[in-house]
Amino acid sequence: MKKIEAIIKPHKLEEVKEELNEIGVSGMTVTEVKGYGRQKGHKEIYRGAEYQVDFMPKIKIEIVLEKGQVNQAVEAIIKAARTGKIGDGKIFILPVEEVVRIRTGEQGEEAI
Amino acid sequence: MEAIQSADTAFVIISAALVLLMTPGLAIFYAGMVRSKNVLGTIIQSFILISVITIEWIYLGYTMSFGPDVHGFIGDLSWFALNGVGQGPSSVYAGTIPHMVFMIFQCMFAVITPALITGAFAERMRFGPFILFSLLWAVMVYNPVCHWVWGSGGWLARLGVLDFAGGLVVHLTCGMAALASALVIGARKGYGTDPLIPHNLPLTLMGTGLLWFGWFGFNGGSALAANGLAGSAFVATHLGGMAGLAAWVITEWLYRGKPTTLGAASGAIAGLATITPASGFVGPNAAVIIGGLGGLCCYFAVSAKAKLGYDDSLDVVGIHGVGGLIGTLCIGIFASRLVNPAGANGLLYGGPQLLLNQLIGVFSVGIYAFVVSWVLLRIIDKTLCLRVSEESENLGLDLAEHSETAYSS
Repeated sequence: MKKIEAIIKPHKLEEVKEELNEIGVSGMTVTEVKGYGRQKGHKEIYRGAEYQVDFMPKIKIEIVLEKGQVNQAVEAIIKAARTGKIGDGKIFILPVEEVVRIRTGEQGEEAI
Repeated sequence: MEAIQSADTAFVIISAALVLLMTPGLAIFYAGMVRSKNVLGTIIQSFILISVITIEWIYLGYTMSFGPDVHGFIGDLSWFALNGVGQGPSSVYAGTIPHMVFMIFQCMFAVITPALITGAFAERMRFGPFILFSLLWAVMVYNPVCHWVWGSGGWLARLGVLDFAGGLVVHLTCGMAALASALVIGARKGYGTDPLIPHNLPLTLMGTGLLWFGWFGFNGGSALAANGLAGSAFVATHLGGMAGLAAWVITEWLYRGKPTTLGAASGAIAGLATITPASGFVGPNAAVIIGGLGGLCCYFAVSAKAKLGYDDSLDVVGIHGVGGLIGTLCIGIFASRLVNPAGANGLLYGGPQLLLNQLIGVFSVGIYAFVVSWVLLRIIDKTLCLRVSEESENLGLDLAEHSETAYSS
Protein backbone atom coordinates (compact mmCIF):
# COMPACT_ATOMS: atom_id res chain seq x y z
CA MET A 1 0.00 0.00 0.00
CA LYS A 2 1.11 3.52 -0.76
CA LYS A 3 0.16 6.96 0.37
CA ILE A 4 0.07 9.87 -2.04
CA GLU A 5 0.50 13.34 -0.66
CA ALA A 6 -0.12 15.94 -3.32
CA ILE A 7 0.30 19.70 -2.86
CA ILE A 8 -1.81 21.52 -5.44
CA LYS A 9 -3.21 24.94 -6.25
CA PRO A 10 -6.40 25.53 -4.26
CA HIS A 11 -8.61 26.16 -7.30
CA LYS A 12 -7.59 22.79 -8.81
CA LEU A 13 -9.10 20.70 -6.00
CA GLU A 14 -12.44 20.01 -7.68
CA GLU A 15 -10.82 18.92 -10.96
CA VAL A 16 -8.36 16.66 -9.15
CA LYS A 17 -11.19 15.09 -7.15
CA GLU A 18 -13.18 14.41 -10.34
CA GLU A 19 -10.20 12.81 -12.10
CA LEU A 20 -9.45 10.60 -9.10
CA ASN A 21 -13.10 9.59 -8.83
CA GLU A 22 -13.01 8.51 -12.48
CA ILE A 23 -10.20 6.02 -11.84
CA GLY A 24 -11.99 4.67 -8.79
CA VAL A 25 -10.32 6.51 -5.93
CA SER A 26 -13.29 6.96 -3.64
CA GLY A 27 -11.93 8.85 -0.66
CA MET A 28 -9.40 11.44 0.29
CA THR A 29 -8.37 13.80 3.06
CA VAL A 30 -7.83 17.44 2.23
CA THR A 31 -6.07 20.11 4.26
CA GLU A 32 -5.61 23.83 3.61
CA VAL A 33 -1.89 24.46 3.94
CA LYS A 34 0.63 27.22 3.24
CA GLY A 35 4.09 26.90 1.80
CA TYR A 36 6.54 27.90 -0.84
CA GLY A 37 9.01 26.30 -3.22
CA ARG A 38 10.21 27.78 -6.47
CA GLN A 39 7.12 29.92 -6.54
CA LYS A 40 8.11 32.67 -4.15
CA GLY A 41 5.25 34.47 -2.42
CA HIS A 42 3.51 37.59 -3.49
CA LYS A 43 3.39 41.29 -2.68
CA GLU A 44 0.57 42.78 -0.62
CA ILE A 45 -0.07 46.51 -0.13
CA TYR A 46 -1.62 47.97 3.03
CA ARG A 47 -1.93 51.74 3.39
CA GLY A 48 0.76 52.33 0.80
CA ALA A 49 3.32 49.99 2.37
CA GLU A 50 4.41 46.85 0.52
CA TYR A 51 4.73 43.54 2.33
CA GLN A 52 6.30 40.38 0.93
CA VAL A 53 4.15 37.37 1.84
CA ASP A 54 6.22 34.23 1.26
CA PHE A 55 3.75 31.52 2.17
CA MET A 56 1.24 30.77 -0.56
CA PRO A 57 -2.07 29.08 0.21
CA LYS A 58 -2.12 25.50 -1.14
CA ILE A 59 -4.21 22.37 -0.74
CA LYS A 60 -2.71 19.11 0.49
CA ILE A 61 -4.50 15.94 -0.63
CA GLU A 62 -3.78 12.65 1.11
CA ILE A 63 -4.93 9.34 -0.34
CA VAL A 64 -3.96 5.75 0.42
CA LEU A 65 -4.02 3.22 -2.45
CA GLU A 66 -3.13 -0.28 -3.47
CA LYS A 67 0.33 -0.32 -5.01
CA GLY A 68 -1.03 -1.05 -8.49
CA GLN A 69 -3.20 2.04 -8.57
CA VAL A 70 -0.45 4.52 -7.81
CA ASN A 71 0.78 5.32 -11.34
CA GLN A 72 -2.73 5.84 -12.60
CA ALA A 73 -3.55 8.15 -9.67
CA VAL A 74 -0.39 10.19 -10.17
CA GLU A 75 -1.27 10.63 -13.83
CA ALA A 76 -4.80 11.70 -12.91
CA ILE A 77 -3.53 14.31 -10.44
CA ILE A 78 -1.03 15.67 -12.95
CA LYS A 79 -3.68 15.83 -15.66
CA ALA A 80 -6.04 17.83 -13.47
CA ALA A 81 -3.63 20.01 -11.50
CA ARG A 82 -1.14 21.07 -14.15
CA THR A 83 -1.32 24.62 -15.48
CA GLY A 84 2.28 24.70 -16.71
CA LYS A 85 3.18 27.64 -14.50
CA ILE A 86 5.46 27.68 -11.45
CA GLY A 87 3.49 26.78 -8.35
CA ASP A 88 1.53 23.79 -9.68
CA GLY A 89 2.74 21.74 -6.73
CA LYS A 90 4.33 18.37 -5.98
CA ILE A 91 3.35 14.75 -5.48
CA PHE A 92 4.99 12.61 -2.78
CA ILE A 93 4.60 8.81 -2.69
CA LEU A 94 5.22 7.06 0.64
CA PRO A 95 5.01 3.44 1.78
CA VAL A 96 2.18 2.58 4.19
CA GLU A 97 2.71 -0.19 6.76
CA GLU A 98 -0.82 -0.81 7.84
CA VAL A 99 -4.37 0.50 7.50
CA VAL A 100 -7.17 -0.18 10.02
CA ARG A 101 -10.83 0.69 9.54
CA ILE A 102 -11.97 1.91 12.94
CA ARG A 103 -15.62 0.79 12.61
CA THR A 104 -14.99 -2.87 11.73
CA GLY A 105 -11.40 -3.45 12.66
CA GLU A 106 -10.60 -4.63 9.08
CA GLN A 107 -6.93 -4.38 8.23
CA GLY A 108 -4.75 -4.01 5.12
CA GLU A 109 -6.10 -3.40 1.62
CA GLU A 110 -9.61 -4.36 2.74
CA ALA A 111 -9.61 -1.29 4.95
CA ILE A 112 -8.63 1.24 2.27
CA MET B 1 -33.38 81.11 29.92
CA GLU B 2 -34.85 79.63 26.76
CA ALA B 3 -37.50 76.96 26.73
CA ILE B 4 -36.76 73.34 25.98
CA GLN B 5 -37.63 72.37 22.38
CA SER B 6 -38.77 68.81 21.91
CA ALA B 7 -37.36 68.48 18.38
CA ASP B 8 -33.91 69.67 19.50
CA THR B 9 -33.99 67.37 22.50
CA ALA B 10 -34.96 64.33 20.43
CA PHE B 11 -32.30 65.11 17.85
CA VAL B 12 -29.46 65.46 20.36
CA ILE B 13 -30.55 62.34 22.27
CA ILE B 14 -30.43 60.34 19.04
CA SER B 15 -27.13 61.96 18.08
CA ALA B 16 -25.67 60.89 21.43
CA ALA B 17 -26.70 57.31 20.68
CA LEU B 18 -25.08 57.57 17.24
CA VAL B 19 -21.83 58.78 18.76
CA LEU B 20 -21.87 55.96 21.31
CA LEU B 21 -22.08 53.47 18.40
CA MET B 22 -18.80 54.83 17.08
CA THR B 23 -16.79 53.29 19.92
CA PRO B 24 -17.71 49.64 19.21
CA GLY B 25 -17.48 50.62 15.52
CA LEU B 26 -13.93 51.81 16.11
CA ALA B 27 -13.18 48.61 18.04
CA ILE B 28 -13.95 46.43 15.01
CA PHE B 29 -12.38 48.94 12.60
CA TYR B 30 -9.14 48.43 14.53
CA ALA B 31 -9.68 44.72 15.16
CA GLY B 32 -9.69 43.92 11.45
CA MET B 33 -6.25 45.48 11.03
CA VAL B 34 -4.43 43.50 13.70
CA ARG B 35 -3.28 39.89 13.56
CA SER B 36 -5.74 37.19 14.54
CA LYS B 37 -4.04 36.62 17.92
CA ASN B 38 -4.70 40.21 19.03
CA VAL B 39 -8.34 40.71 17.97
CA LEU B 40 -10.03 40.62 21.36
CA GLY B 41 -7.17 42.47 23.03
CA THR B 42 -7.73 45.26 20.52
CA ILE B 43 -11.53 45.29 20.76
CA ILE B 44 -11.58 45.39 24.55
CA GLN B 45 -9.23 48.40 24.65
CA SER B 46 -11.91 50.50 22.95
CA PHE B 47 -14.96 48.81 24.43
CA ILE B 48 -13.88 48.97 28.08
CA LEU B 49 -13.56 52.75 27.81
CA ILE B 50 -17.33 53.06 27.53
CA SER B 51 -17.30 52.07 31.18
CA VAL B 52 -14.05 53.65 32.37
CA ILE B 53 -14.56 57.07 30.80
CA THR B 54 -18.29 57.30 31.47
CA ILE B 55 -17.72 56.90 35.19
CA GLU B 56 -14.85 59.39 35.04
CA TRP B 57 -17.10 61.77 33.08
CA ILE B 58 -20.04 61.90 35.46
CA TYR B 59 -17.90 62.35 38.59
CA LEU B 60 -15.08 64.49 37.24
CA GLY B 61 -14.86 64.90 33.49
CA TYR B 62 -18.03 66.85 32.86
CA THR B 63 -17.49 69.38 35.58
CA MET B 64 -13.78 69.79 34.69
CA SER B 65 -14.66 70.31 31.02
CA PHE B 66 -17.83 72.36 31.19
CA GLY B 67 -18.21 73.47 34.80
CA PRO B 68 -17.85 77.13 35.86
CA ASP B 69 -14.58 78.48 34.52
CA VAL B 70 -11.37 78.89 36.54
CA HIS B 71 -8.97 81.29 34.78
CA GLY B 72 -9.82 79.98 31.32
CA PHE B 73 -7.97 76.75 32.03
CA ILE B 74 -10.40 74.33 33.68
CA GLY B 75 -13.93 73.98 35.01
CA ASP B 76 -14.38 73.93 38.77
CA LEU B 77 -15.90 71.01 40.65
CA SER B 78 -19.33 72.48 41.35
CA TRP B 79 -20.99 69.99 38.95
CA PHE B 80 -19.29 67.03 40.64
CA ALA B 81 -21.42 63.89 40.28
CA LEU B 82 -23.78 65.85 37.99
CA ASN B 83 -24.82 68.10 40.82
CA GLY B 84 -27.28 70.60 39.31
CA VAL B 85 -27.19 68.92 35.88
CA GLY B 86 -30.85 68.12 35.42
CA GLN B 87 -33.82 68.10 33.11
CA GLY B 88 -33.90 71.85 32.68
CA PRO B 89 -31.59 73.58 30.21
CA SER B 90 -28.13 74.79 31.19
CA SER B 91 -27.77 78.55 31.50
CA VAL B 92 -24.65 78.52 29.30
CA TYR B 93 -24.80 75.57 26.89
CA ALA B 94 -27.45 74.51 24.37
CA GLY B 95 -30.38 76.39 25.83
CA THR B 96 -33.15 74.41 24.12
CA ILE B 97 -32.29 70.93 25.42
CA PRO B 98 -32.05 69.47 28.92
CA HIS B 99 -28.64 70.03 30.50
CA MET B 100 -28.45 66.30 31.12
CA VAL B 101 -28.81 65.60 27.38
CA PHE B 102 -25.94 67.98 26.59
CA MET B 103 -23.87 66.22 29.26
CA ILE B 104 -24.45 62.72 27.84
CA PHE B 105 -23.84 63.86 24.25
CA GLN B 106 -20.47 65.23 25.36
CA CYS B 107 -19.80 62.04 27.34
CA MET B 108 -19.73 60.00 24.12
CA PHE B 109 -16.99 62.27 22.72
CA ALA B 110 -14.94 61.81 25.87
CA VAL B 111 -15.32 58.02 25.52
CA ILE B 112 -14.20 57.67 21.91
CA THR B 113 -11.20 60.01 22.10
CA PRO B 114 -8.92 57.83 24.27
CA ALA B 115 -10.25 54.80 22.36
CA LEU B 116 -8.79 56.31 19.18
CA ILE B 117 -5.31 56.38 20.79
CA THR B 118 -5.32 52.58 21.25
CA GLY B 119 -4.52 52.10 17.55
CA ALA B 120 -1.03 53.50 18.13
CA PHE B 121 0.02 50.92 20.73
CA ALA B 122 -2.06 48.03 19.38
CA GLU B 123 -0.78 44.47 19.82
CA ARG B 124 1.67 45.17 22.68
CA MET B 125 0.18 47.20 25.58
CA ARG B 126 -0.60 45.64 28.97
CA PHE B 127 -4.25 45.97 29.93
CA GLY B 128 -3.89 47.36 33.47
CA PRO B 129 -1.43 50.14 32.62
CA PHE B 130 -3.58 50.93 29.56
CA ILE B 131 -6.64 51.53 31.77
CA LEU B 132 -4.63 53.73 34.11
CA PHE B 133 -3.18 55.71 31.21
CA SER B 134 -6.60 56.26 29.62
CA LEU B 135 -8.09 57.45 32.89
CA LEU B 136 -5.23 59.84 33.67
CA TRP B 137 -5.18 61.02 30.06
CA ALA B 138 -8.89 61.87 30.19
CA VAL B 139 -8.35 63.90 33.37
CA MET B 140 -5.09 65.63 32.40
CA VAL B 141 -5.46 66.07 28.63
CA TYR B 142 -9.03 65.66 27.40
CA ASN B 143 -10.80 67.59 30.13
CA PRO B 144 -8.55 70.68 30.09
CA VAL B 145 -8.41 70.88 26.29
CA CYS B 146 -12.18 70.36 26.07
CA HIS B 147 -12.59 73.26 28.51
CA TRP B 148 -10.19 75.54 26.61
CA VAL B 149 -12.04 75.02 23.34
CA TRP B 150 -15.67 74.30 24.24
CA GLY B 151 -16.04 75.32 27.88
CA SER B 152 -17.69 78.63 28.67
CA GLY B 153 -14.73 80.94 29.44
CA GLY B 154 -12.08 78.59 28.02
CA TRP B 155 -9.05 80.60 26.88
CA LEU B 156 -9.01 79.31 23.31
CA ALA B 157 -12.77 79.83 22.96
CA ARG B 158 -12.37 83.42 24.16
CA LEU B 159 -9.53 83.94 21.71
CA GLY B 160 -11.91 82.98 18.91
CA VAL B 161 -10.52 79.54 18.04
CA LEU B 162 -13.20 77.50 16.25
CA ASP B 163 -13.69 73.74 16.48
CA PHE B 164 -17.19 72.61 15.59
CA ALA B 165 -17.06 68.92 16.53
CA GLY B 166 -13.58 68.05 17.71
CA GLY B 167 -10.68 68.62 15.32
CA LEU B 168 -8.66 69.94 18.26
CA VAL B 169 -10.51 68.38 21.20
CA VAL B 170 -10.80 64.88 19.74
CA HIS B 171 -8.56 64.28 16.74
CA LEU B 172 -5.49 66.39 17.43
CA THR B 173 -5.33 65.36 21.12
CA CYS B 174 -5.60 61.65 20.29
CA GLY B 175 -3.14 62.00 17.40
CA MET B 176 -0.51 63.64 19.60
CA ALA B 177 -1.07 61.08 22.36
CA ALA B 178 -0.70 58.38 19.71
CA LEU B 179 2.66 59.81 18.63
CA ALA B 180 3.84 59.90 22.25
CA SER B 181 2.61 56.30 22.76
CA ALA B 182 4.37 54.94 19.70
CA LEU B 183 7.61 56.62 20.78
CA VAL B 184 7.48 55.54 24.43
CA ILE B 185 6.31 51.94 23.99
CA GLY B 186 8.47 51.19 20.92
CA ALA B 187 7.81 49.18 17.80
CA ARG B 188 6.10 45.80 17.72
CA LYS B 189 8.34 42.75 17.60
CA GLY B 190 9.05 42.04 13.95
CA TYR B 191 8.16 45.55 12.78
CA GLY B 192 9.90 46.21 9.48
CA THR B 193 10.94 42.58 9.03
CA ASP B 194 7.86 40.37 9.42
CA PRO B 195 4.66 41.08 7.52
CA LEU B 196 2.46 42.50 10.30
CA ILE B 197 -0.64 42.64 8.14
CA PRO B 198 -4.41 42.90 8.70
CA HIS B 199 -6.15 39.62 9.46
CA ASN B 200 -9.73 40.54 8.46
CA LEU B 201 -10.38 43.61 6.32
CA PRO B 202 -14.13 42.98 5.97
CA LEU B 203 -14.32 43.64 9.73
CA THR B 204 -12.48 46.92 9.20
CA LEU B 205 -14.95 47.90 6.47
CA MET B 206 -17.90 47.13 8.74
CA GLY B 207 -16.28 49.34 11.35
CA THR B 208 -15.85 52.08 8.77
CA GLY B 209 -19.55 51.92 7.96
CA LEU B 210 -20.51 52.18 11.63
CA LEU B 211 -18.10 55.07 12.17
CA TRP B 212 -19.41 56.97 9.15
CA PHE B 213 -23.00 56.44 10.31
CA GLY B 214 -22.15 57.56 13.83
CA TRP B 215 -20.25 60.56 12.51
CA PHE B 216 -23.54 62.14 11.40
CA GLY B 217 -24.45 62.34 15.08
CA PHE B 218 -20.95 63.47 16.01
CA ASN B 219 -20.93 66.45 13.61
CA GLY B 220 -24.63 67.00 12.89
CA GLY B 221 -25.47 66.69 16.57
CA SER B 222 -22.81 69.28 17.43
CA ALA B 223 -25.27 71.92 16.17
CA LEU B 224 -27.09 70.97 19.41
CA ALA B 225 -30.42 71.73 17.75
CA ALA B 226 -32.50 70.24 14.92
CA ASN B 227 -31.99 73.19 12.62
CA GLY B 228 -30.46 74.32 9.32
CA LEU B 229 -26.95 74.28 10.74
CA ALA B 230 -27.35 70.63 11.75
CA GLY B 231 -28.41 69.86 8.18
CA SER B 232 -25.47 71.80 6.80
CA ALA B 233 -23.03 69.97 9.10
CA PHE B 234 -24.60 66.64 8.13
CA VAL B 235 -24.07 67.38 4.43
CA ALA B 236 -20.52 68.65 4.97
CA THR B 237 -19.74 65.47 6.92
CA HIS B 238 -20.92 63.20 4.16
CA LEU B 239 -19.09 65.20 1.51
CA GLY B 240 -15.90 65.18 3.58
CA GLY B 241 -15.98 61.38 3.92
CA MET B 242 -16.81 60.97 0.24
CA ALA B 243 -13.96 63.22 -0.91
CA GLY B 244 -11.44 61.65 1.48
CA LEU B 245 -12.32 58.17 0.23
CA ALA B 246 -11.95 59.23 -3.41
CA ALA B 247 -8.73 61.17 -2.86
CA TRP B 248 -6.98 58.32 -1.02
CA VAL B 249 -8.00 55.66 -3.55
CA ILE B 250 -6.99 57.78 -6.55
CA THR B 251 -3.65 58.66 -4.93
CA GLU B 252 -2.72 55.06 -4.16
CA TRP B 253 -3.91 53.93 -7.55
CA LEU B 254 -1.51 56.42 -9.15
CA TYR B 255 1.40 55.73 -6.77
CA ARG B 256 1.06 52.00 -6.12
CA GLY B 257 -0.83 50.82 -9.15
CA LYS B 258 -3.79 49.31 -7.26
CA PRO B 259 -6.88 50.72 -5.55
CA THR B 260 -7.31 48.97 -2.20
CA THR B 261 -10.20 48.31 0.15
CA LEU B 262 -8.20 49.37 3.19
CA GLY B 263 -7.29 52.52 1.29
CA ALA B 264 -10.98 53.29 0.73
CA ALA B 265 -11.74 52.77 4.42
CA SER B 266 -8.72 54.82 5.53
CA GLY B 267 -9.54 57.65 3.11
CA ALA B 268 -13.13 57.82 4.31
CA ILE B 269 -12.02 58.06 7.95
CA ALA B 270 -9.35 60.63 7.04
CA GLY B 271 -11.93 62.75 5.20
CA LEU B 272 -14.42 62.47 8.06
CA ALA B 273 -11.79 63.38 10.67
CA THR B 274 -10.61 66.35 8.61
CA ILE B 275 -14.08 67.80 8.02
CA THR B 276 -15.06 67.38 11.70
CA PRO B 277 -13.84 70.74 13.07
CA ALA B 278 -15.03 72.59 9.97
CA SER B 279 -18.34 70.82 9.41
CA GLY B 280 -20.45 73.56 11.03
CA PHE B 281 -18.56 76.52 9.56
CA VAL B 282 -18.12 75.74 5.86
CA GLY B 283 -20.39 75.18 2.87
CA PRO B 284 -20.60 72.06 0.72
CA ASN B 285 -17.98 73.04 -1.86
CA ALA B 286 -15.42 73.80 0.83
CA ALA B 287 -16.33 70.47 2.48
CA VAL B 288 -15.41 68.59 -0.70
CA ILE B 289 -12.04 70.38 -0.84
CA ILE B 290 -11.32 69.85 2.87
CA GLY B 291 -12.26 66.16 2.77
CA GLY B 292 -10.18 65.64 -0.36
CA LEU B 293 -7.19 67.40 1.21
CA GLY B 294 -7.65 65.13 4.22
CA GLY B 295 -7.54 61.97 2.10
CA LEU B 296 -4.52 63.18 0.16
CA CYS B 297 -2.44 64.51 3.05
CA CYS B 298 -3.24 61.56 5.34
CA TYR B 299 -2.14 59.12 2.61
CA PHE B 300 1.28 60.77 2.46
CA ALA B 301 1.46 61.17 6.24
CA VAL B 302 0.83 57.43 6.68
CA SER B 303 3.38 56.61 3.98
CA ALA B 304 5.97 58.79 5.75
CA LYS B 305 5.69 56.68 8.92
CA ALA B 306 7.95 53.92 7.59
CA LYS B 307 10.66 56.48 6.80
CA LEU B 308 10.37 58.13 10.22
CA GLY B 309 10.76 54.73 11.88
CA TYR B 310 8.09 54.79 14.62
CA ASP B 311 5.44 52.09 14.83
CA ASP B 312 2.08 53.86 15.12
CA SER B 313 0.49 50.51 14.39
CA LEU B 314 -2.90 51.56 13.03
CA ASP B 315 -1.96 55.09 11.89
CA VAL B 316 -3.65 57.24 14.50
CA VAL B 317 -1.08 60.01 13.98
CA GLY B 318 -1.24 59.94 10.20
CA ILE B 319 -5.03 59.88 10.02
CA HIS B 320 -6.49 61.52 13.14
CA GLY B 321 -3.59 63.77 14.10
CA VAL B 322 -2.94 65.05 10.60
CA GLY B 323 -6.66 65.14 9.71
CA GLY B 324 -7.55 67.12 12.84
CA LEU B 325 -4.69 69.53 12.20
CA ILE B 326 -5.56 70.17 8.56
CA GLY B 327 -9.27 70.49 9.23
CA THR B 328 -8.68 72.97 12.04
CA LEU B 329 -6.44 75.12 9.84
CA CYS B 330 -8.89 74.88 6.91
CA ILE B 331 -11.49 76.63 9.06
CA GLY B 332 -9.18 79.65 8.96
CA ILE B 333 -9.40 79.59 5.18
CA PHE B 334 -12.90 78.41 4.29
CA ALA B 335 -15.16 79.41 7.20
CA SER B 336 -18.05 81.71 6.35
CA ARG B 337 -20.52 83.52 8.57
CA LEU B 338 -23.12 82.91 5.90
CA VAL B 339 -23.00 79.23 6.92
CA ASN B 340 -22.82 79.86 10.64
CA PRO B 341 -23.37 83.40 11.98
CA ALA B 342 -21.92 82.29 15.33
CA GLY B 343 -18.64 81.42 13.56
CA ALA B 344 -16.27 83.78 11.78
CA ASN B 345 -15.01 84.51 8.29
CA GLY B 346 -11.86 82.77 7.05
CA LEU B 347 -9.19 84.02 4.68
CA LEU B 348 -11.35 83.57 1.57
CA TYR B 349 -14.08 85.72 3.12
CA GLY B 350 -11.80 88.52 4.22
CA GLY B 351 -10.96 87.39 7.77
CA PRO B 352 -7.18 86.82 8.16
CA GLN B 353 -7.31 86.83 11.97
CA LEU B 354 -9.18 83.50 12.11
CA LEU B 355 -6.33 81.55 10.50
CA LEU B 356 -3.95 82.98 13.09
CA ASN B 357 -6.34 81.93 15.86
CA GLN B 358 -6.54 78.44 14.42
CA LEU B 359 -2.74 78.21 14.29
CA ILE B 360 -2.57 79.20 17.96
CA GLY B 361 -5.16 76.51 18.69
CA VAL B 362 -3.21 73.82 16.82
CA PHE B 363 0.12 74.67 18.44
CA SER B 364 -1.13 75.04 21.99
CA VAL B 365 -3.32 71.93 21.93
CA GLY B 366 -0.80 69.88 19.95
CA ILE B 367 2.15 70.66 22.18
CA TYR B 368 0.17 70.35 25.41
CA ALA B 369 -1.35 66.99 24.40
CA PHE B 370 2.00 65.59 23.27
CA VAL B 371 3.97 66.68 26.32
CA VAL B 372 1.44 65.60 28.95
CA SER B 373 0.80 62.26 27.19
CA TRP B 374 4.53 61.60 26.95
CA VAL B 375 5.12 62.36 30.62
CA LEU B 376 2.16 60.20 31.71
CA LEU B 377 3.35 57.29 29.59
CA ARG B 378 6.91 57.54 30.86
CA ILE B 379 5.78 57.58 34.49
CA ILE B 380 3.48 54.58 34.01
CA ASP B 381 6.17 52.76 32.05
CA LYS B 382 8.76 53.29 34.80
CA THR B 383 6.42 52.22 37.59
CA LEU B 384 4.17 49.54 36.06
CA CYS B 385 5.69 48.78 32.63
CA LEU B 386 3.47 49.51 29.65
CA ARG B 387 4.54 46.66 27.48
CA VAL B 388 3.69 42.97 27.61
CA SER B 389 6.55 40.47 27.90
CA GLU B 390 8.15 39.16 24.73
CA GLU B 391 6.53 35.81 25.41
CA SER B 392 3.08 37.40 25.70
CA GLU B 393 3.63 39.41 22.55
CA ASN B 394 4.48 36.22 20.67
CA LEU B 395 1.45 34.46 22.09
CA GLY B 396 -0.85 37.41 21.36
CA LEU B 397 -2.87 39.65 23.65
CA ASP B 398 -6.02 37.54 23.38
CA LEU B 399 -4.52 34.58 25.23
CA ALA B 400 -1.80 36.32 27.20
CA GLU B 401 -3.89 39.18 28.62
CA HIS B 402 -7.44 37.82 28.49
CA SER B 403 -7.26 33.98 28.32
CA GLU B 404 -9.61 33.74 25.35
CA THR B 405 -9.35 33.54 21.57
CA ALA B 406 -11.41 35.24 18.87
CA TYR B 407 -11.51 32.28 16.50
CA SER B 408 -11.62 28.64 17.46
CA SER B 409 -9.58 26.40 15.22
